[in-house]
Amino acid sequence: MSARSRHWGAAPDRPALALRNLSKVFGDVPAVDGVDLEVRQGEFITLLGPSGSGKTTTLRMIAGFTLQSGGTIEIDGVDMGHVPPYRRDVGMVFQNYALFPHMTAAENIAFPLQMRRVGRPEIKRRVADALGLVKLEGLGQRYPRQLSGGQQQRIAFARAVVFNPRLLLMDEPLGALDKKLREALQLEVMHISRQLGATVVYVTHDQDEALVMSDRIAIFSRGRIEQLGTGEDLYERPASLFVADFIGESNILRGRFEPAGDGGWLVRDPWRWQVGAAAAARASLEGGSAAALVVRPERLRIVGVDAGPGLATGVNAVDAIVRDVLYLGSMRKFELVLPDGNAAVVRQQRGGGGHEGRAGDRVRLTWAVDDGVLVADPHG
Amino acid sequence: MTRGSGRRPRGGPIVDRWALLAIPLIAFLVAFFLVPLIVVSLRSVADFPKPTGDIFSNYGRFFASAANLRVLANTFWVAALSTVVCLALGYPYAYLMNIVRPRVAGLLLIAVLLPFWSSLLVRTYAWQVILRDTGIINTFLLDWGLITEPIPLIRTTLGVMLGMSQVLLPFMVLPIYAVMRRIDPEYTKAAANLGAPPFAAFRRVFLPLSLPGVLAGSLLVFVLALGFYITPALLGSPKDTMISQFIANAVQQRLDWGIGATMAVILMGLTLVVLFVASRFIRLRDVFGSLEES
Ligand SMILES: Nc1ncnc2c1ncn2[C@@H]1O[C@H](COP(=O)(O)OP(=O)(O)OP(=O)(O)O)[C@@H](O)[C@H]1O
Ligand SMILES: [Mg+2]
Repeated sequence: MSARSRHWGAAPDRPALALRNLSKVFGDVPAVDGVDLEVRQGEFITLLGPSGSGKTTTLRMIAGFTLQSGGTIEIDGVDMGHVPPYRRDVGMVFQNYALFPHMTAAENIAFPLQMRRVGRPEIKRRVADALGLVKLEGLGQRYPRQLSGGQQQRIAFARAVVFNPRLLLMDEPLGALDKKLREALQLEVMHISRQLGATVVYVTHDQDEALVMSDRIAIFSRGRIEQLGTGEDLYERPASLFVADFIGESNILRGRFEPAGDGGWLVRDPWRWQVGAAAAARASLEGGSAAALVVRPERLRIVGVDAGPGLATGVNAVDAIVRDVLYLGSMRKFELVLPDGNAAVVRQQRGGGGHEGRAGDRVRLTWAVDDGVLVADPHG
Repeated sequence: MTRGSGRRPRGGPIVDRWALLAIPLIAFLVAFFLVPLIVVSLRSVADFPKPTGDIFSNYGRFFASAANLRVLANTFWVAALSTVVCLALGYPYAYLMNIVRPRVAGLLLIAVLLPFWSSLLVRTYAWQVILRDTGIINTFLLDWGLITEPIPLIRTTLGVMLGMSQVLLPFMVLPIYAVMRRIDPEYTKAAANLGAPPFAAFRRVFLPLSLPGVLAGSLLVFVLALGFYITPALLGSPKDTMISQFIANAVQQRLDWGIGATMAVILMGLTLVVLFVASRFIRLRDVFGSLEES
């Protein structure tokens, strides 16, 4: 495996990939609109976002299939401005695999090595290694059409990593597979990438996939990176309403932000909710601006409405009406309606001793002040 | 890969009534194609100038003449040459059609089909006007003093090739184009991504994937060229004579129906051999199916 780290992990300080103000305009439609991103050596980064947000376009610019309209792409510190795709040394797994139909699986995997003028005995050895890596030792002589979807995917992956590219790009590589196979392959792709020390840029619009596989996730929206961070960052500290909405379930309370001391209040008559100092600092909003408080479903507790005045400090509350209670095995999920008519969700571990709400009950929802995340409300 | 996928499942509905509309064409084919074919085949073994005991004496006569064999060989030579010329011209043309915008591709398609919209005879005479010693090209070159003697263009194999490939080109271009259009552009991108410079990507990926079209077009052109007659007669030298012309001569001038029929059967037999050999390598359905798709 030592030969494999020719590129991978070669210069740990220099970013494996740096996108600076990268943009692409089709006609007058900005598909990618000023993307900045640095990927560390050996890091697994996922571009996640809704359809049409510019993920594929970004990936294609990195691979060199599409020329950027502006900005720069650096791989291992080298500007790719005038480097054609065949000299970028970047492996790509295509969504439809793009395995050459007239070559066997082994020939497909050998192709990038032949292009690099690797000697025959070494090609043979490395193809065998790659087939072993994806656990398809016996199937080298099959043609792509004789392989199942999952097997084709593995061959495409083997072909993309066999030449130790400086960067591995994958555009929804598991999109065409059924759920069960997809989940198995998610782990496999992740483990093999780690094992090889590969730097990976992965595209998906499946948030679970992104959370499972990635070191960091870049949330794309309308051609821009809305937020970049670990799955935990994005879930616990979404930087915008869009991210809060896109990653996981969230409860959103809208109002106006009023600073007070280090923290402040989100005010919506007759309610007002305390905002923690850390949350206020991260959002850094002007006093009086439209804002929203985001609270994750498992951070809410349901109590009786009569618990009212006795609330401890450091706890916020809002009233709601239970609309539905769903039993999800070890979990109970409440669907509720807030006073402003918006929906809310609460998840409770069973046996956690929470309130036994029933459909139609008036209840009070409470949460610790530090569990509320303050974001700007662009629609407010 | 199932060859018989178009077949009606056994035990399915009896003939669809609309299929009855095919009867006129079937009757036409039987009356004007199958029956004459049988008659010609029979005449090749039964129609002799003077009776002999040997029913194959027409075939004996054919193969006894060196001139006949030479013409037969020449027919295959000219057909092969036309195929090569059409391939050399047609492949890049189809490639171009495949990479330009759809509207330009449409114009290129019309341009290659243009010969179909004028009569073969008119077109061949037009080539004569262009190629002969006092024709457009030679007059032009003489007037400009680029040459002192007319260069022989007509009555040469070159003339035959020009005339024939013009007519045959669509049969090369269309199948190749149809196959190229079905090649997913992602393959060439994948090749580039894996380190193949443009020419290597073409040679290792695009070309092999377009090969079915090349084989289909070549077969079509070759088989059609075998039966050519007017163009070689008008634009070629006597050594470019093709067997169809011999057949016409035998029947029209010498009224020797027996030998004419024999040559026709031999030509057809050899054509079938070509098709049979080709069918070992390509699926003929693709060859003829490719035309209707483009
Ligand atoms: N070749 C093109 N010509 C014109 N517009 C394009 C082209 N490719 C992409 N676009 C546009 O650019 C935008 C971004 O597309 P892109 O394919 O990058 O989205 P995506 O994030 O990959 O979406 P998905 O999740 O659906 O794959 C879209 O609005 C799309 O319509
Ligand atoms: Mg995409």
